[in-house]
Amino acid sequence: MAEANTATGNPPRPVNRSSGRPDNLRLLLNNKLATAGLAIFALIVLTALAAPLLPLPDPDVTAPADRLFRPLSEGHLLGTDALGRDILSRLIWGTRVSLAVGISATLIAAFFGSLIGLVAGYAGGRVDTFLMRGIDMVMAFPYILLALAIVAVLGPGLLNALYAIAVVNIPFFARNIRGIALGLSRREFVDAARLSGESNAQILFIEVLPNVLPVIIITMSTTVGWMILETAGLSFLGLGAQPPQADLGSMLGDGRKILFTAPHVSIIPGLMIFALVMSINLLGDGVRDVLDPRLKSGALTRPLARTAVIRDIAPGDIEPSPGAVLDVRGLKTEFRFGGEVFKAVGGVDMRVGRGECLGIVGESGSGKTVAAMSIMGLVPTPPGRIAGGVALLEGEDLFAVSDERIRQLRGSAVSHVFQDPLSTLHPLFTVGDQLIEAIQSHRSMPKSRATERAVELLNLVRIPNPAERLKSYPHELSGGMRQRVCIAMALADDARIIIADEPTTALDVTVQAQVLALLDKLRRERDVGILFITHDFGVVSAICDRVAVMYAGQFVETGATGEILKSPAHPYTAKLIDCVPVLGQPERRLDAIEGRPPVVNNLPIGCAFAERCPRAQDDCRAAPIPLTEFGQGRAVRCIHPILMEAGHG
Amino acid sequence: MSAYIAKRLLAAIPVLFGLTIIVFLIMAMIPGDPATAILGSYATPENVEKLNRDLGLDKPLFQQYFIWLTNLFHGDLGRSYTLNRPVLDEVLERFSATLILAGTALVLCSVLGLVAGVVSAVRQFSWVDKTITLVVLIGISVPSFWLGLLLILVFAVDLGWFPASGMYAIYGGGGPLDLLHHLFLPALTLAVVATGVIARLTRTAMLEVLRQDYIRTARAKGVTENRVIYRHAFKAALVTVIPVIGIQAGFVLGGAVYIETVFQWPGIGSMLVKAISTRDLLLVQGGVLVVAAAYVLFNLAADVLQTVLDPRLR
Repeated sequence: MAEANTATGNPPRPVNRSSGRPDNLRLLLNNKLATAGLAIFALIVLTALAAPLLPLPDPDVTAPADRLFRPLSEGHLLGTDALGRDILSRLIWGTRVSLAVGISATLIAAFFGSLIGLVAGYAGGRVDTFLMRGIDMVMAFPYILLALAIVAVLGPGLLNALYAIAVVNIPFFARNIRGIALGLSRREFVDAARLSGESNAQILFIEVLPNVLPVIIITMSTTVGWMILETAGLSFLGLGAQPPQADLGSMLGDGRKILFTAPHVSIIPGLMIFALVMSINLLGDGVRDVLDPRLKSGALTRPLARTAVIRDIAPGDIEPSPGAVLDVRGLKTEFRFGGEVFKAVGGVDMRVGRGECLGIVGESGSGKTVAAMSIMGLVPTPPGRIAGGVALLEGEDLFAVSDERIRQLRGSAVSHVFQDPLSTLHPLFTVGDQLIEAIQSHRSMPKSRATERAVELLNLVRIPNPAERLKSYPHELSGGMRQRVCIAMALADDARIIIADEPTTALDVTVQAQVLALLDKLRRERDVGILFITHDFGVVSAICDRVAVMYAGQFVETGATGEILKSPAHPYTAKLIDCVPVLGQPERRLDAIEGRPPVVNNLPIGCAFAERCPRAQDDCRAAPIPLTEFGQGRAVRCIHPILMEAGHG
Repeated sequence: MSAYIAKRLLAAIPVLFGLTIIVFLIMAMIPGDPATAILGSYATPENVEKLNRDLGLDKPLFQQYFIWLTNLFHGDLGRSYTLNRPVLDEVLERFSATLILAGTALVLCSVLGLVAGVVSAVRQFSWVDKTITLVVLIGISVPSFWLGLLLILVFAVDLGWFPASGMYAIYGGGGPLDLLHHLFLPALTLAVVATGVIARLTRTAMLEVLRQDYIRTARAKGVTENRVIYRHAFKAALVTVIPVIGIQAGFVLGGAVYIETVFQWPGIGSMLVKAISTRDLLLVQGGVLVVAAAYVLFNLAADVLQTVLDPRLR
């Protein structure tokens, strides 16, 4: 997976109080819809504010002779209502009232809701339980109904409607802010403040509040439109503004009585409410996207069924290597984010024969998973794309065949086993459903026959009580059992290659050994080739015939497993082997490799490992290093390899 | 599973009790003398005193609550002074009309919202997606009471396809077809906002689910793309959308207040509005209680449905 793609689910960071504001505004203005919302909203607000200065007739002066003029009448741009009052003037003055009421209600709800949320989240324990139960109780009422009940008690009137709407919106603020405050109150900077002797109130308002402010603003921007709508609604029902005072809702309510004879009297104020609420919602979405990018809907893109293939040059006829079932040449896979290109895989050759196991070893981020997932087009597009190379499966170029052909080959000729069997099995279907589906995807057979076959498969992977287990859901099985189910699924059809992506990493050590033994046995009995991805040389030594060490999207060393383990030539390989703990040698250094792999959008010209390499010299950084032959069946991408006599261990 | 459902039903009981407390307290908070407030300012002093005694208002608050609750259990919600009939009778009669309207709207918004959301996610960034996103945005911003008026103007007045108001035709109406004919416009109007909310959420949920590892597994085993989307992804997305549909039930039940007023639907919403303006507070109390209880049950149903779909919750 691209690392850049996994930055979700981070806890909120303490805000940097001094910066960010102009940047946020710029981000907001980049969003066209939000900008349009802002423009319309600003126009409405400015017009409403300027009402006393505008040359408008008095909104409340009745003129029975001028009643029900249509829009565009002389002197009355939007016509007049049933009492002959100028609609344009009433509209602007009414908007003032609606805005004032909606915004006041929002501020009141934000103040009390945030206070409750902050206190509940910060205090925790009983205070939290008590306050949140109260909030739950309020939320057990249908929203508008509670507002009605409050108005019923207080009596109809604009101010009472305002209070009612504010009260029913308090829970939204309380809940949102409580969640964030709860997380923050466990953070180090709060502990530090406490130790330095700040009082609870100080901590709450000086340390915690600034960090929840974005959430308060988001909640305000997403509820203010709603509150304007609801206060207008109460006025429409005759429970809000009382004559002669008028807001948009009561204008609409008055107009309803003469809907059939003079529709413009009700349509115009409704249109204004709509424009106001819509502009606020557009703006609110934009504000939310800027302040909390994780919620941005556009950030989620749907991965296509198959990785896009955009090869610069169509490869000519390539003869597959003799004996190879899978023969990958010059594979290049990239990720594109905005204008940046991350070359996750930069030209890789892989060959797997019948019953052979090729291991690909590297740190996380080295590109090994992307290389393996590219073969059957399982790298998500967007942002991934295959930018070059061929993948021949028994002579057929997998990057050139149709989508339907790829679907047929997936799970039949080439199967996959993934890392974490809890997240890779569908949580809502039984193991049996998922196995039977895998079987029926490739051979049409009645369900009873497929069920028998599923039982056989579970037997094959040594799951006790297979007929019973078919009815289990993945979460009801142990990690080892789940991975056996995944292996069984990989054998659903006549697999010739199994691509196993860290299949033992998520398992306990003893279970690891069992799963490895099972895979090893299956490949020998069924003559299946395995492409085995791992970061662990210990696992490599247990199952792989040959191994390819990957770094920054390229292979840096390839060869037979025994040879490489005995005498690694590339310094990176040597370091990786050093990471494997050996039983009985506790003095062995178990340090991880210092430094980090380079970011693949900005690779150095020369050796990508040079920055972390103890043997690096100036010539390492000067020019690209080719993968050169290094003894029988071995190759290394290093101009100062560790030679045999240097020894190792 | 049935054990779980029983547990959820039991858990709903304290919530229902909580509702009665809140409803009771709201009425207890009425400023001034409640009996006068209930009977109106023209009530005779004898009547006020009698009502005070009847309601037990001379007793402490918690005792009043238990008296009120006991009466509630006996189906006695008091008498509406404007209608001069038991509150419960009026409320139940009105509520059945609301249930027809709100239930239809809920079905409509669930179906339309889910379909729009899934289509939008599957065709992400296409013109279909953009159109749906825009329509959804309009849907959640439009005042439903105004939309109802527009629909009446267009479809009832201009085109004459649907009646402008009521539940049955005054002359010769009464059949289920007549009901459907009257139901269409108000139910559609009532469903608009909730449809938008559900569509938005479904789109996000689908996009979220389609990035999950188990979707890659489904593709890796050769499942057809249609099956991946409509079986694997949709089921998982549905689990996150269902509780929101439960919450939308509250907005639909509440929104019925506007729609019933606009379309003169003889439901509990229009009853409440009238009762509030005539200060028939016992009627308000009964109406609020019944609708709130219905909302709790809707949420309970959503809970149970979610459990049926998601074995991890059992």
